[in-house]
Amino acid sequence: MYLHSRAPKHTISNVFIISEDENQPREEANMRGFIFKGIFVVFLACVMVTPATAENVLRWASQGDPLTYDPHSANESPTIGASTQVYEALINRNWKLEKEPSLAVSWKIVNPTTWEFKLRKGVSFHDGTPFTAEDVAFTVKRANGETSEFRNYIKSVVETKIIDDYTIQLITSGPNPILPDQLTYVFIMSKKWCEKHGVMEATSFKDKEETYAVRHANGTGPFMLQLREPDIKTILVKNPNWWGLKQNPHNIDKIIYTPITNAATRVAALLSGEIDFLLDPPLQDLGRIKKNPDLKVQQTAQIRTIFYGVDQGIKELRSSNIKGKNPFKDPRVRKAMHMAIDIDAIHKKVMRGMSVPANVMTPPGVHGYPEDLDKQRPPYNPEKAKKLLAEAGYPNGFEVSLDCPNNRYNNDEKICQATVGMLGKIGINVNLVAQPKTLHFPKITGRKTDFYMLGWGVATLDSHYVFTYLLDSEGPWNGSMYHNPRVDELTRAMEVEMDLGKRDKMIREVWEIITEEQVYIPLHHQVIAWGMSKRLEMPMEPNDQPQFRWARLK
Amino acid sequence: MILYVLKRVFQAAGVMLFVAFISFVLFNYVGDPVNNMVGQEATIEDREALRERLGLNDPVVVQFSRFVAHALEGHFGISYRLQRPVKDLIAERLPATLELVFTSAILALALGIPLGIYTGLHRDTWLSRLILSSSLAGVSLPTFVIGILLIYVFSVSLNLLPSYGRGEVVKITGSWTTGFLTASGWKAIILPSITLCLYQLTLILRIVRSEMMEVLLTDYIKFARARGLTDRAINFGHALKNTLVPVITVTGLQIGSLIAFSIITETVFQWPGMGFLFIQAVHFADVPIMAAYMVLVALFFVIINLIVDLLYFVVDPRLRIERTVTIG
Repeated sequence: MYLHSRAPKHTISNVFIISEDENQPREEANMRGFIFKGIFVVFLACVMVTPATAENVLRWASQGDPLTYDPHSANESPTIGASTQVYEALINRNWKLEKEPSLAVSWKIVNPTTWEFKLRKGVSFHDGTPFTAEDVAFTVKRANGETSEFRNYIKSVVETKIIDDYTIQLITSGPNPILPDQLTYVFIMSKKWCEKHGVMEATSFKDKEETYAVRHANGTGPFMLQLREPDIKTILVKNPNWWGLKQNPHNIDKIIYTPITNAATRVAALLSGEIDFLLDPPLQDLGRIKKNPDLKVQQTAQIRTIFYGVDQGIKELRSSNIKGKNPFKDPRVRKAMHMAIDIDAIHKKVMRGMSVPANVMTPPGVHGYPEDLDKQRPPYNPEKAKKLLAEAGYPNGFEVSLDCPNNRYNNDEKICQATVGMLGKIGINVNLVAQPKTLHFPKITGRKTDFYMLGWGVATLDSHYVFTYLLDSEGPWNGSMYHNPRVDELTRAMEVEMDLGKRDKMIREVWEIITEEQVYIPLHHQVIAWGMSKRLEMPMEPNDQPQFRWARLK
Repeated sequence: MILYVLKRVFQAAGVMLFVAFISFVLFNYVGDPVNNMVGQEATIEDREALRERLGLNDPVVVQFSRFVAHALEGHFGISYRLQRPVKDLIAERLPATLELVFTSAILALALGIPLGIYTGLHRDTWLSRLILSSSLAGVSLPTFVIGILLIYVFSVSLNLLPSYGRGEVVKITGSWTTGFLTASGWKAIILPSITLCLYQLTLILRIVRSEMMEVLLTDYIKFARARGLTDRAINFGHALKNTLVPVITVTGLQIGSLIAFSIITETVFQWPGMGFLFIQAVHFADVPIMAAYMVLVALFFVIINLIVDLLYFVVDPRLRIERTVTIG
């Protein structure tokens, strides 16, 4: 699953400190004269003072800034990533994305609609107030509020029952087998702190003033928010009282984050040593970063698959020369398109090796991922594709527009351009419409596109998340307008199925149906790369959110 | 005079309303902010509810009049992206832009005028030719190429100057911060201000040069020479003074465009100014910031134009006579 993840091995550690220690006596012996001695004393003083106050400062950058530090206010990946440094959920995911106890030490099902959580004792928030079940109950209420963006993760919980200070029951409206997965996104806030600062509800955009929680944070997490200047600089400092310090003995005292929008400037900052870690180096610059003796590149498969969707629900396509019928309704047309895309060429030329060709729209690491189906991608075969098209009744192909984002996924527009040429070879004349994401996504959610590119990450790491959004006939992102009563039935049944074995079978059935029918046209799983200083060691998470609690600086 | 100013102020308000309206119409084509504000899990109803709450479903005219009404009360709403009042954000970013523009303008003048004089006086030396041909590169290379080039030379290769940011800043009052009081602040402003000033520098250099060459041919210079004045007195005392009038005009007008068009320089150097704020707002379809920025830039242009007009009025006596005639 972790492709090419190069375990960084460093043979030279603490080079500088060692050499300084060795050199000093020798230098002293060579020194002659008062002035030199004076200089040396000053130098020595500096050297001696520096280690005493030396902090391990980690400077890093990426393209965008977190939108807010209110952990219930913006459901966006970089923002969640920022929240996880400062706040903690009841259940956390480790760097392999497996669930592990965090603020809850254990959890169990009491009855199909009741989960019981035992909470960790002796944990306190950054402001010193102890963490208790009260805070969990409060957080559930806040995250369920009207202005919260995290309602979807917690809306099944209708009631909280505090048993004692360190035991709480969450009562759900119906059976919810994936509640623990959803809870990894519900960050616990302090009830007292929220009351004190009037932030009982997540920020609403109708407000005229910002709320206190936008630029201040009080979690239980490994780092504390010291300074927050949106778009300019964010400084976190080590939480010396963090409960998890023993299990995760990181040595980062301070983290300085700067968003750098321009890709070339970002890379320059890394190359010139102004930052130690770059989250999102452009693919074309990876070679240059690798060549630098002080830097390294780490890469892993991301939890995101890129694919094309076609509208197979509408009677007549909006942008096609075929009138009176919709070619995409015929699975043979979809199969022909899938076969006509030379995914290896895209992998090598467009993605520079930074992709894993796919046959299903979910990557490894997601529960229910059908590995065998994913490996059965039909080989590139334009002749066969042409035959399939002819069989379907389109020997001369047809015209259609492809909607493509140009600022969302790695090389998104370039992939679409390559696809235009490949589909042209089998007679499908594609008119490419590449637009920024703010224009592209509303077309999918508003059902205004015939043929589009989409990438899907899986927040809950469960296949159900893919089905309910992309395949259920009422799925908000089901721009394909796919409607299969069996898939709908299975998707809804797995929401309440507490028998995990039965549930897995349902997941498998859906994957088989949609692969057989070629509902979507999968391209590849995205691979992410980090550029970093060789001084830094940090395991990579497939969700592209760096966790500095596991970092070590040399 | 007062009547004239009032008339201009009235016109200015009209211009600004017009700019604001045009920008509101354009916002409809920037895209949908709601998608950026809610997670991908949001249902269609959630999205619709947020659109309704933000008033994005209302007709443009209604949205526009609401914006104007709020602006008159002194608030521009809350940024969709940063969840903070637009007023505060602009107040925080303005100093960075003004410092950058100010430094660039000074640089452009301090280098442009002497170089213009030199190339005007010594037309055929190799140094003049070198200055002129490299100044051509200054206008023809796009700003972002110059910026990236400077970053690669001075930050990556030579490791002398920072490639991004504003360095350490010192707070003066309220939200006003300055980088002029710290060493890292000065280091940080060098590359962006050079990048931003190159175009204006070339412009000033070329104006001074051509004006200088023209003035040197006039009768009063010939007369001065006949009087036996030194070259120095002629060149700087008589010729230069007369070349400066158009330079001042151009500089005044260019400051407006420096403020408005520092966007690219700010993006390349991650300079936390207003232009940078604006470009990010565009990516996010952050309508409140875009609207406020448009109006603010329009305001800058209007004010600068007004000042320039008034300066003409003061400087050029002929204008005054004509005005009295037309008014009377």
